[in-house]
Amino acid sequence: MRHLMSPLDFTTEELDKLFDLAASIEKDPQKYAHACDGKILATCFYEPSTRTRLSFESAMTRLGGRIIGFSDAASSSASKGESVSDTIRIISCYADICAMRHPKEGAPMVAAEKSGIPVINAGDGGHQHPTQTLTDLMTIRSLHGKLNNFTIGLCGDLKFGRTVHSLIHALVRYEGIRFIFISPEELKVPDYITDMLKEKNIPYEEVIRLESVISQLDLLYMTRVQKERFFNEEDYVRLKDFYILNASKMELANKNMLVLHPLPRVNEISVEVDDDPRAAYFKQAQYGVYVRMALILTLLGINV
Amino acid sequence: MLNVGKIEEGFVLDHIKAGKSLAIYEHLQLDKLDCTVAIIKNARSNKMGKKDILKVECDIDMLDLDVLAFIDHSITVNVIKNGEIVAKKDLVLPRQIKNVIKCRNPRCITSIEQGLPHIFVLADEQKEVYRCKYCEEKYAESAK
Repeated sequence: MRHLMSPLDFTTEELDKLFDLAASIEKDPQKYAHACDGKILATCFYEPSTRTRLSFESAMTRLGGRIIGFSDAASSSASKGESVSDTIRIISCYADICAMRHPKEGAPMVAAEKSGIPVINAGDGGHQHPTQTLTDLMTIRSLHGKLNNFTIGLCGDLKFGRTVHSLIHALVRYEGIRFIFISPEELKVPDYITDMLKEKNIPYEEVIRLESVISQLDLLYMTRVQKERFFNEEDYVRLKDFYILNASKMELANKNMLVLHPLPRVNEISVEVDDDPRAAYFKQAQYGVYVRMALILTLLGINV
Repeated sequence: MLNVGKIEEGFVLDHIKAGKSLAIYEHLQLDKLDCTVAIIKNARSNKMGKKDILKVECDIDMLDLDVLAFIDHSITVNVIKNGEIVAKKDLVLPRQIKNVIKCRNPRCITSIEQGLPHIFVLADEQKEVYRCKYCEEKYAESAK
């Protein structure tokens, strides 16, 4: 029995298979509409996350399966003090597969150790969020056409953003990737990541302004710069516009550059960019459903 | 100088940093063994000035000494049989350490889940980096 705890749990060959399946679902969703008839997905969300939970629920529903679960800890037995190990043992009796989000890091792994059914980590604190990374990779593969030989700019909060860290770790396994990190000094990518890139001889550069590098990018991955991450208000006011993507910055970009964002977006991408054909962030949400459908089928060992 | 007699079979752990012998006694769970244990504290040492020594009279297969490599590399492990040193054991960093150190990340599931062991996995042998199995937080030396 397999679980998904980290995006690196799957080899690149296994990911290729998963993405091929997701692409096949995208092409002919009807073919998979009853693949999970009679199967139950438990969504155990110990903290609210509307998009991720609904994406999982949509994925299972589109496969013909059913959903049970809870959407915050207060409505679960965790509020009575039940351990994750006990909860998953019970859930294993009720469902065939479980997607778990938990504020504590490593909680889904504890669940996987005691579980009788496959467990998918749907986000554990600041640690991992593998299905977001699979979604990002699937979006790049589908819209950019390949997962190698490109320059990707990662912009915004690169220090605390777990989606950014996971994506970097996933992308270094592919050939010819060049990274450009665009962030204020306070929110630079952590040293352990740049050390890892140096060790693997993977080219990267770190810059402060998006305009200075946007023309070099094949992909731009935007994240939110939160005010509370700054040491003082003055720095925030001075720097925040550097990290807002608008139509004038898009004019400087390559005509095929794709813009991705894990969402929710607040103001770091102006709404005027939404209609630009290069804006891929809403399509990303669609790919998120396909890739979760493919993941559920793979972990359940269902072949269509 | 205080004299502690020879042991027939077991281990002599020498060159323990002065004052650390009791911590090692606990890590090796020697309190659970029904055998003779001598703890020598602050013995004179040419190399170290002061050192601790532990002598454990037991079957040589009884102890898992790998954890010593994690605690202190400089410890010398002498294997004793028939009252003589028959080998000096090389200490190898264990792949995994269970319930020896605790994860200090307050966001880690180990901080709330009852009965969950604290397991650290060797992430980088060269740099001797251990990470929590669950949250992957690096173990900080200062917490040792």
